[in-house]
Amino acid sequence: MDRGFKTGRLLAAVLAASTMLAGCSKAPDTSAGGGDDIKVGILHSLSGTMAISEVTVKNSTQMAIDEINGGGGVMGKKIDAVVEDGASDPAIFAQKAAKLIESDKVATVFGGWTSSSRKAMLPVFEKDANLLWYPVQFEGNECSPNIMYSGAQPNQQILPAYDWAKEKGYKRFFLVGSDYVFPRTANLILKKHIEADKLTMTGEEYQPMGGTDFSGVVAKIRAAKPDVIFSTLNGDSNVAFFKQMAAAGMKSDVIPVMSFSIGEQEAQAMGPALIEGSYAGWNYFQTVDNPENAKFIAAYKAKFGADAVTTDPMVHGYLDVYMWKAAVEKAGSTDPAKVRAAAVTLNAIPTPLGTVKFAANNSLVQTGYIGQADPKGQFKILWTSKGMIDPNPYDPLAFPGKTCTIS
Amino acid sequence: MDLGFIIGQVFNGFSVASIYILAALGLALSFGLMRVINMAHGEILMVGSYVAYLTIALVPGPLGIFAAMIAAFAVAGLLGGVLEVTLVSRLTSRPLDTLLATWGVSLILQQAARDIFGATGVSVTAPAWLDHTILIGGQTLPVTRLFIMAVAVAVLGGLAAFLRSTRIGLLVRAVNQDRPTAAAMGVDVRRVDAAIFALGSGVAGIGGVVLALLGPVTPNVGQSYIVTAFLVVVLGGLGSTLGMTIAALMIGLFMALSQIFVDVSLAQVLSLLFVILFLQFRPQGVIAVRSRALDE
Repeated sequence: MDRGFKTGRLLAAVLAASTMLAGCSKAPDTSAGGGDDIKVGILHSLSGTMAISEVTVKNSTQMAIDEINGGGGVMGKKIDAVVEDGASDPAIFAQKAAKLIESDKVATVFGGWTSSSRKAMLPVFEKDANLLWYPVQFEGNECSPNIMYSGAQPNQQILPAYDWAKEKGYKRFFLVGSDYVFPRTANLILKKHIEADKLTMTGEEYQPMGGTDFSGVVAKIRAAKPDVIFSTLNGDSNVAFFKQMAAAGMKSDVIPVMSFSIGEQEAQAMGPALIEGSYAGWNYFQTVDNPENAKFIAAYKAKFGADAVTTDPMVHGYLDVYMWKAAVEKAGSTDPAKVRAAAVTLNAIPTPLGTVKFAANNSLVQTGYIGQADPKGQFKILWTSKGMIDPNPYDPLAFPGKTCTIS
Repeated sequence: MDLGFIIGQVFNGFSVASIYILAALGLALSFGLMRVINMAHGEILMVGSYVAYLTIALVPGPLGIFAAMIAAFAVAGLLGGVLEVTLVSRLTSRPLDTLLATWGVSLILQQAARDIFGATGVSVTAPAWLDHTILIGGQTLPVTRLFIMAVAVAVLGGLAAFLRSTRIGLLVRAVNQDRPTAAAMGVDVRRVDAAIFALGSGVAGIGGVVLALLGPVTPNVGQSYIVTAFLVVVLGGLGSTLGMTIAALMIGLFMALSQIFVDVSLAQVLSLLFVILFLQFRPQGVIAVRSRALDE
């Protein structure tokens, strides 16, 4: 046994030494910038509670990079993607972001899902003056020149969903979410609007990330008798929530649930029967009908199997790469500041979610949709916002007087 | 605050406690007998959940869930036995090493599940006869939760009977009371260790099956129960099955009743505070395990 331990230690030391050496030998040739490749980072949770969602965004981002490389690359150079695992842990996201920028010398990073991960990475990107392309809907109330927010702002997803619920005549709202910054802020905005419209808040409950015990929440929902539940639960907790609501006899036909983190991928992973009939608000569904989307779905299925589905954050991750490419070519440089300046002045480009462009506040101008889950885990689009919605990170009711201007 | 809601929360407390019991029982058994902290215990629960997924796919219909429990008990028990014989028994004299080694095993099992079943998790659907509610005394009770409580009671009862009236049970009690003397009397201590470790793992496998009815089945599902399981074992008085049962009820009821006033996040914080305070005043846990061994 002792021998085994010594060999183990030796092996570990050799491994550690070799990775350090590899790190050293890599650094010089990339910092020179004279190589044939442009390095970019992809940083998503490939393990942990968020892997259920983030692995697919990594896949679509990688697919966009492969497509661009297949078509000749960016400014004649190939894109070389360095993939890192954020492991569903904000601290690891920050650490890996620093590693990508400082030691791999990437030109930009595509990644992040939870707002906690974005908030953790933000100081790294500001300090290192790099640019993060963030593909997921979020709570707004943030405005950094070092992040391109392609996912929905609250006024492009949550508030359209709220408007839809009002149109449907729902008057009693119940808010349930995972306990971190996105649900807390999203619900703050919703509460302000519910209050201003003189509708009823029947309850607000938070579950720790990854939590699976909803017995108390279900009991409170039963007692509160809401017309509709707005759910900002994230990750695996959704499975437990829907299972326990169903076990308690409250499926979506009894109390409708509107979710903001459940797309086609989550529906597949949870078992489509579990969420059948529930609603989701996004800026993209696989059922969106346009030629770019048909092409995107076909390409993704060719690569990841006929059963693979496509989701809103995947499309945002995918279009971010194309936006970055267009901006690099417009700026004639991969310098993050120049790329950002070019990105917000680009003409709209066709993407699977329509022909879109970035606004001056680094966020995407896009359409809001409400869909209802069918037995196969696809969403039937029930409602479309009137035209594209300009992004606004600061809801005037929740954050009066704040605006986002990036010079 | 209406009475119905409070009664409902008491029911939920028992329901949550029964989940804790199934999750923590194996841990209490192996710790009680061998003083081994099995960090891979959560992953054995996970294995049980995946066995449930496979079995229910193979044996659909109303009895699939029972087939799943038998299969999970066997597979998890076997896994536990192998783990004990190949790894744990070789490290019993070095507690810190077992901690690290079983943690390593937990990582290996997580990654194996990720490679075999994918990172996104699989869906286990409750059979139709579990998928409704019944009305008792104005309370709408999910049949799934009643079923889990019944399973917990049955497992506890079965285990008590096993320890009380079988020959292996007698040997287990002997080793538990005084390991060196039992060994001197000719008890094959190692085999008793392996048997109880396998049994504890088998129970965890059953726990994994019922957890799959209420929660997600993913490679890291074990992680969400392991901390609570440890908490229950520590609060119960390390190694006492009865103490562990009482501790599970205390934490379950505390969680459920505090949720009358606060949300789940805060309830969890309060329950940790409760455990810390309890251990301040009663460091030996709910039930102190007395031993005749000289080393304690």
